[in-house]
Amino acid sequence: MPIATASQTIGPYWHLIEDPSWADLTRLGAEGERITLSGTVTDGDGAPFSDVCVELWQPDPAADDRFPGFGRSRTDAAGVYRFTTLKPGPVAGRGNAIQAPHLALWVLGRGLMRGLATRVYFAGEPRNETDPVLGLVEDPARRATLVAAAAGPGAWRFDIRLQGAGETVFFEV
Amino acid sequence: MADPAPFRPAAPGTQPPYDVPAYLGTRKRHPLQQPVRLDPTLTEANGPRFTPALFPADADLSRVDGHSAQGQRIIVAGTVTDEDGRPVPHTMLELWQANAAGRYHHPADQHDAPLDAHFKGSGRVFTDAAGRYRFLSVLPGAYPWPNHKNAWRPNHIHFSLFGPAFATRLITQMYFPGDPLLAYDPIYNGVPDAAARARLVAAFELDLTEPDYALGYRFDIVLRGRGATPMGI
Ligand SMILES: [Fe+2]
Repeated sequence: MPIATASQTIGPYWHLIEDPSWADLTRLGAEGERITLSGTVTDGDGAPFSDVCVELWQPDPAADDRFPGFGRSRTDAAGVYRFTTLKPGPVAGRGNAIQAPHLALWVLGRGLMRGLATRVYFAGEPRNETDPVLGLVEDPARRATLVAAAAGPGAWRFDIRLQGAGETVFFEV
Repeated sequence: MADPAPFRPAAPGTQPPYDVPAYLGTRKRHPLQQPVRLDPTLTEANGPRFTPALFPADADLSRVDGHSAQGQRIIVAGTVTDEDGRPVPHTMLELWQANAAGRYHHPADQHDAPLDAHFKGSGRVFTDAAGRYRFLSVLPGAYPWPNHKNAWRPNHIHFSLFGPAFATRLITQMYFPGDPLLAYDPIYNGVPDAAARARLVAAFELDLTEPDYALGYRFDIVLRGRGATPMGI
């Protein structure tokens, strides 16, 4: 059986493939409830991590010619990434479960030998209480790292802490 | 609807850990907590679709506006398959690399080596129905980096692949055979398994080489596959 090719870091020069417009998933004319998602990526010293590649994928709304479902944002010198997208609704989970509205993120950067996968849920969403993936994280403080905070009308804030205090929950699929 | 089949876990040592002490950049960036194991849902089992219509291919890094870049012209080709040996058709590959002198066309690269107005260093190709891809470039130069004393990255090309699912996403680097710098590179050596490391090194192939034109290198890529069919199904 073939074995999957090893991952290597994306390094500091990945902007050569960057199209900054990809950070706006509504750029192709998608209609729906528009939101922004932004946050700071910090390292184990709490220092902002610049030139990170944050990728976003969402299963809802379904991708089509006007909504790619996928976005990519760099972090700036202050470690801040920013997406514009459509607010997702609930989607089917395993078994007959329903998953609360969420986004999938993949975090890449120099010093990361592999991408780090996490999820963004939305504070105040009643379905969060029964979401099967949030339910995998028993510690409420850790679970809270997966929940974006409201930061104004249509604006959500989701910080990513790679290491140490308040470390974001990362998933292995 | 049936639940998505789980992805096959990595064979031991074939993927790098997050903590690679010799690679200083990992020290403050590797999570201390164990990742939470997640059986795939629709979120992980689906992924973005890219088509050349919306994301135009650019399979020639060796020229800008019809002018040839400096350096040794190369052809890189290979097949993208999954862990069951099935070709991954019509998937997008993104590529980026330093120029022949070891300098990136990037404002953050301050290495004192010449830029080349006829080399931008990024490309995008798609696999065909049989999972094959091919592009044209120049041999990237080695470049210094501030990791340890006299640290130089081996010649390499960066690859980004998507595959059929968000869980099959892969970022990797392709190296060149016989490069003496490989032995000293903590990123390459961050992969514990020697055979898995060796698979990151392209093979020179005379059959891919074009007479009077360019050297040919083969680099085959394997994306994650699904686990065996669950018992009883
Ligand atoms: Fe590089």
